[in-house]
Amino acid sequence: MTATIPVPADSSPPPVDGVSITVDGVPMTVPKGTMIIRAAEQIGVEVPRFCDHPLLDPVAACRMCLVEIEGQGKPQPACAVAASEGMSVKTQRTSEMAELAQRGVMEFLLINHPLDCPVCDKGGECPLQNQAMEHGRSESRFDLEKRHFDKPINLSAQILLDRERCVSCARCTRFSEQIAGDPLIELFERGSKQQVGIAEDRPFDSYFSGNTVQVCPVGALTSSQYRFRSRPFDLVSVPTVCEHCSSGCGLRTDVRRSTVLRRLAWDTPEVNEEWNCDKGRFAFAHAATPEFDTPLVRGDDGILHAATWPEALERVAEGLADARGRSAVLTGGRLTLEDSLAYSKFARAVLGTDDVDFRARPHSTEEADFLASVVAGSGLGVTYDQLENAPVVVLAGLDPEEESPIVFLRLRKAARKRQLPIASIAAWATPGLGKMFGTLLPTAPGAEGEALSALARGGDTLGSDGRRIAALLNEPGAVILVGERLATCTGALSAAAALAHTTGARLAWIPRRAGERGAVEAGLLPGLLPGGRSLADAQSRAEVAAAWGVSVDDLPTKVGREVDAIVEAARAGAYNALVVAGVDPFDTRRPDDVIAALEAVPFLVSIEVRPSAVTEFADVVLPVSTITQRAGTFVDWEGRTRVFGQVFRTSLALTDARVLAMIADELDRPVGRQDVAGMRKEAAALAPSGSGRREVPSVAASSVSASSGQAVVSTWHHLLDEGTLQRGDDDLAATARTAVARVSAATASAAGLTDFVTLSTDAGSLDLPVVITDMPDGVVWLPTNSHNSNVRRVLGVDHGAIVSLASGGGA
Amino acid sequence: MEIDDTTRDEVRAIIARYPETRSALLPLLHLVQSVEGSVTPDGIEFVAEQLELTPAEVASVATFYTMYKRHRTGRHHIGVCTNSLCALLGGDVVWKSLSDELGIGHDETTADGEFSIERIECQAACTHAPSVTIDWEYFDDATPASVSEVIAKLRAGEPVQSTRGPVIRDFRATEHTLAVTDDGLAGEGPSADHRMLAGLTAAKERGMALQDTAAPASSEGEN
Amino acid sequence: MATPLTPILTAHWDDPDSFTIDGYSRHGGYDALPKALAMEPDAVIGLVKDTGLRGRGGAGFPTGLKWSFVPQNDGKPHYLVVNADESEPGACKDMPLLMANPHALVEGIIITCYAIRARHAFIYVRGEVPHAIRRVAAAVREAYQAGHIGTNIHGSGFDLDVVVHSGAGAYICGEETALLDSLEGRRGQPRLKPPFPAVAGLYASPTVVNNVETISNIPYIIRNGVDWFRQFGTEKSPGFKLFSVSGHVRNPGVYEAPLGITMRELIDYAGGMREGSELKFWVPGGSSVPMLTAEHLDLPMTYEAMAEAGTMLGTATPMVFDQTVSVVKTVTRWLEFYKHESCGKCTPCREGTSWMTGLLETFEAGHGQESDLQIIDDICHQIAGRSFCALGDAAATPFPGAMKYFRDEFVAGTHTSADDAFNPVASTVLAGASTR
Repeated sequence: MTATIPVPADSSPPPVDGVSITVDGVPMTVPKGTMIIRAAEQIGVEVPRFCDHPLLDPVAACRMCLVEIEGQGKPQPACAVAASEGMSVKTQRTSEMAELAQRGVMEFLLINHPLDCPVCDKGGECPLQNQAMEHGRSESRFDLEKRHFDKPINLSAQILLDRERCVSCARCTRFSEQIAGDPLIELFERGSKQQVGIAEDRPFDSYFSGNTVQVCPVGALTSSQYRFRSRPFDLVSVPTVCEHCSSGCGLRTDVRRSTVLRRLAWDTPEVNEEWNCDKGRFAFAHAATPEFDTPLVRGDDGILHAATWPEALERVAEGLADARGRSAVLTGGRLTLEDSLAYSKFARAVLGTDDVDFRARPHSTEEADFLASVVAGSGLGVTYDQLENAPVVVLAGLDPEEESPIVFLRLRKAARKRQLPIASIAAWATPGLGKMFGTLLPTAPGAEGEALSALARGGDTLGSDGRRIAALLNEPGAVILVGERLATCTGALSAAAALAHTTGARLAWIPRRAGERGAVEAGLLPGLLPGGRSLADAQSRAEVAAAWGVSVDDLPTKVGREVDAIVEAARAGAYNALVVAGVDPFDTRRPDDVIAALEAVPFLVSIEVRPSAVTEFADVVLPVSTITQRAGTFVDWEGRTRVFGQVFRTSLALTDARVLAMIADELDRPVGRQDVAGMRKEAAALAPSGSGRREVPSVAASSVSASSGQAVVSTWHHLLDEGTLQRGDDDLAATARTAVARVSAATASAAGLTDFVTLSTDAGSLDLPVVITDMPDGVVWLPTNSHNSNVRRVLGVDHGAIVSLASGGGA
Repeated sequence: MEIDDTTRDEVRAIIARYPETRSALLPLLHLVQSVEGSVTPDGIEFVAEQLELTPAEVASVATFYTMYKRHRTGRHHIGVCTNSLCALLGGDVVWKSLSDELGIGHDETTADGEFSIERIECQAACTHAPSVTIDWEYFDDATPASVSEVIAKLRAGEPVQSTRGPVIRDFRATEHTLAVTDDGLAGEGPSADHRMLAGLTAAKERGMALQDTAAPASSEGEN
Repeated sequence: MATPLTPILTAHWDDPDSFTIDGYSRHGGYDALPKALAMEPDAVIGLVKDTGLRGRGGAGFPTGLKWSFVPQNDGKPHYLVVNADESEPGACKDMPLLMANPHALVEGIIITCYAIRARHAFIYVRGEVPHAIRRVAAAVREAYQAGHIGTNIHGSGFDLDVVVHSGAGAYICGEETALLDSLEGRRGQPRLKPPFPAVAGLYASPTVVNNVETISNIPYIIRNGVDWFRQFGTEKSPGFKLFSVSGHVRNPGVYEAPLGITMRELIDYAGGMREGSELKFWVPGGSSVPMLTAEHLDLPMTYEAMAEAGTMLGTATPMVFDQTVSVVKTVTRWLEFYKHESCGKCTPCREGTSWMTGLLETFEAGHGQESDLQIIDDICHQIAGRSFCALGDAAATPFPGAMKYFRDEFVAGTHTSADDAFNPVASTVLAGASTR
């Protein structure tokens, strides 16, 4: 039997040389450079190991993987020896030397290891247990005193360490240092006292700390969330996809009876490899208890009362009876693809309106044009693998570590392994940029468009770095990544598109929410139909109507309003009804206006999971299933469809699509049953089409500048902040980054700032500690929605706006 | 951690010695220890800042090496080699005597802050066993009495001459030397003592010829 | 005819200023440098290869061959790192050499760097010996002042900087890759090989790591030539060596002699055993090599003869123990050393030395269990050849070596403590102690 490693057809790297070896007498050919331990796995031979991990550089420290290599007197570590032509390897299966060596190491590992299995989380899924059963003694010969440490200790609020259990494989410290770039945990002491630890008062607050719990081959690292909570055999595991950002991570959701107990990263080599971020791993309390058991209807007494579904639907039908053509739909960015398609259909076919927009956040018409022309219907675009192999990646208005952590990990990997040049158009060099060994092209907020245009012109005005990056952008495979905050930087998205066109570089948009790309694909923007089709295009309308099973005459022809215009129109009384799905007014640029709009509209339907600011104004509340009660699909930023299963199979909760179907029935405009399978068929029927595609926007850049005593705001979200979906996990929140305000030294001195600054607008003010940072003058950066720093809610402004600066008192 | 301008200059000079700044980590920890008497969390943060490392990375290194002390040390550090040869040749006896006299044990410090004592490993002074160090300066061929005398003299503020090296200063001064390396005291102490010269002495006694024939003939008519 | 002593490196240690540039230069010091600079670098490497000089740090690897592994014209900086981390129990030759004749090392460094095209040399000295550090640092300074180090040395176009670097207490940093990690400002844990330091060493650049004594040989070799060097020693172990003889001899000290001299001769030069002493066991080169007994005193001290006898020459720093010494205590104390110095990286050494030491201590205390002797032996076999680096191998050496000759003593440790079996005062050299 010969086993050959297939080389994927679409891979970018060139084919590798093969070498012929034998493992336990089995001849095989593997790519040059393959470690023996990997080669053995190809024929189903598992050489025991602890420190080895396919995604970490080998260290050959644990010595568990010792095998015999013909011609070598001493056994060799299979994890660190590369296959070479003609090599003959004998593992423990056919070599006594290997078997005894491994048994010897196993004996050593167990002498100080505490017999904690009865109380250790890892029991039942423990590589040490498993390998001890295979390669260890049944009885110990050790009768001295085992080493003792106080246990557990907190490496952070979230991660706990039982030092006695640690086998010094250093997977955790190597992961943190190599993969995450956060050397906050390290090995301390020497010899038999060696242990993992943190520096005093410097907890392991890395966005990726949870991965160390997953890679730890023993129960030394546990999470406060899961510690002592379950045994693996009580758990049912369901493959799911993360509902937070648009990275598209594959997760494994572990459930016991009706509770999600933990989430792990699912091995998805083309997306998140074997990692996820702490938000995706730990922040699932939001889905734990759906708060609405039944629909709610507001009575004449002005109070919301529980109602049956028939009652509620009847009331909705009443309220929407005169709403055809005089209503709008706000869907938010967290819907699944299936639900997004349902809203897209509902707005146009049932409500006869094109006033539908998913962007419950700062946005612009330029962005809508950009998404409709460049993103919608573009299918699988730039992929993670292409990022890894690009000649250069330019980030514009995007901080991957905060906004798409798995993109960050992949970029860092490429920067480490092949010195991928990465440049960031932003106000300051974030820790994330540093960990990607990236170059900052310092840009004040609002000037991103100009910077991108400068790159298109060769980068001269951006200095030698700009010239270098501009030249690289012309090479095949170059990538430009734009973030959601460019929506409000006039001219920036246009310039990004133009830059891509001029240089031939590929362009990808990375939104912050899991549902946003799917929303674009479903046509949840005015003038945009599913699959990138244009409302204005007759053929598109025909195709869509056919797929939706409605008459093409039922579809509106006039291009509708975007969110800001919808809000304004609602306040002006232009609507009879508003249908709102998971939208948080405080994510928008002007929360007060949104609240006023919700108040003003005669009939408001809120389709949501739990009470929110919208509930207060709703006439009818229709509850829908949480992420764990539904199956669905998210489209990640690459354009890759990521299908997930329903975690709680016996849930009776309904998806948005099903609820909309029931409303449509009630309105006598049936749209079909709209179960998940049905919606997927519809999605397939509406494969991307380029017909009638909107033109790429070309808005001229414009910028703002601040006068003395003021500054332009640069802001983006920290990964862990006060976001709604993170509520409920205090330990995770304790690891979040503290909010600070960053200004240049000159800005601080001009405004007379010392330790604290007060930022104010007409809407309000907030105080933050000052950190002097190398950045353009007249700019202040603060996180968008962290503790003590809620830019939209308190200041009512966003990225690119002007605020006043004054010296502040400390909190 | 507060440091004066001289120390600040020394920090810069140490970092400048190396093509890559992280190499300055060990010398900087010695420097920090020379200022504070031990490696404190403050010292670790200081070094981390200077070298753009995380405090964990610095602490990880600091805890690996035996010479970095993380507890309060005495003005003087006395080490007694208790590795096999020295121990057998008298090191164990010297250690017990020292420990009893000061009333403290391994890696402990006297209450008055004068002395820390430590059982140390091989000092590369096996020919001078039992080997003792005072602030890491050699104090060869030690006996309980000679060590006791040193304690008394140091307590009284009297000068103590190391056997192969300068007059004893204090623990922090030695740490400073380790950081900067060239402290101007190289001329102190003999070029070689009688044990280092044992072979040369034996050769000369037997009239054995010098072998370095390419060297200029000595004008003093040596062998 | 007895093997003569051959003072070469030690020849002028009795000059009060032997460690200064004046003292060194007076006796031909820095005469080798211009000679080397006038040769082609590759010719210097070839010359050293021809001498057959072997590394003096314990491994005995041919020095010229090691230098030739450095890829030339690769566009990368090359480095020389001098291993002055002498911490092997029994070894005291490098520290005395640094204190009494540091300029031999400095001149050797300059020539070596010229040969391997290195512009930066580091001398990594263990931190516990400040006097060695200050002597070599002063020597480096004097050499700069005299124009032997710096830019365009003596108009040759060759630039060099030399840095003296203090360690901080870790025997493992004597292992060359652990030393490199330590020099880079990390924990001193050994690295995977390949890549070998000659290809990717300090800062991932081609690096030669050599022992102090090895490099100190270079100026004398350049001045006197290949034939001169090869007149000493044997075909496979040419040259001369600093033998630091310690233990129960009358005059412990540094004895410089050709390789091939016997231990009996060395003991004789060292004044013989002390009063009332009968040699019980000795180790040719530090605790990491298997021990020998009186029957081996006439073996030549060469790499090959020691290997044939089942031990190793190692650092050639013999320790001699007489009948007052408990082998159990000696071995136990050495294992406590290895346990203390184990870096912790690999399972066999980290756990094995700890377990073995615990068991040995029961024998030293007089309550060992005889069945544990087999366990200790198993532990040694489970470490040797299975650990990440040679520290594990070293730790696995003393016990089997001792059991070969002194099994009875270990068995006695099941009922009698080492101190009861061997009066601990009798082995000391303190006044009033006698061998009775």
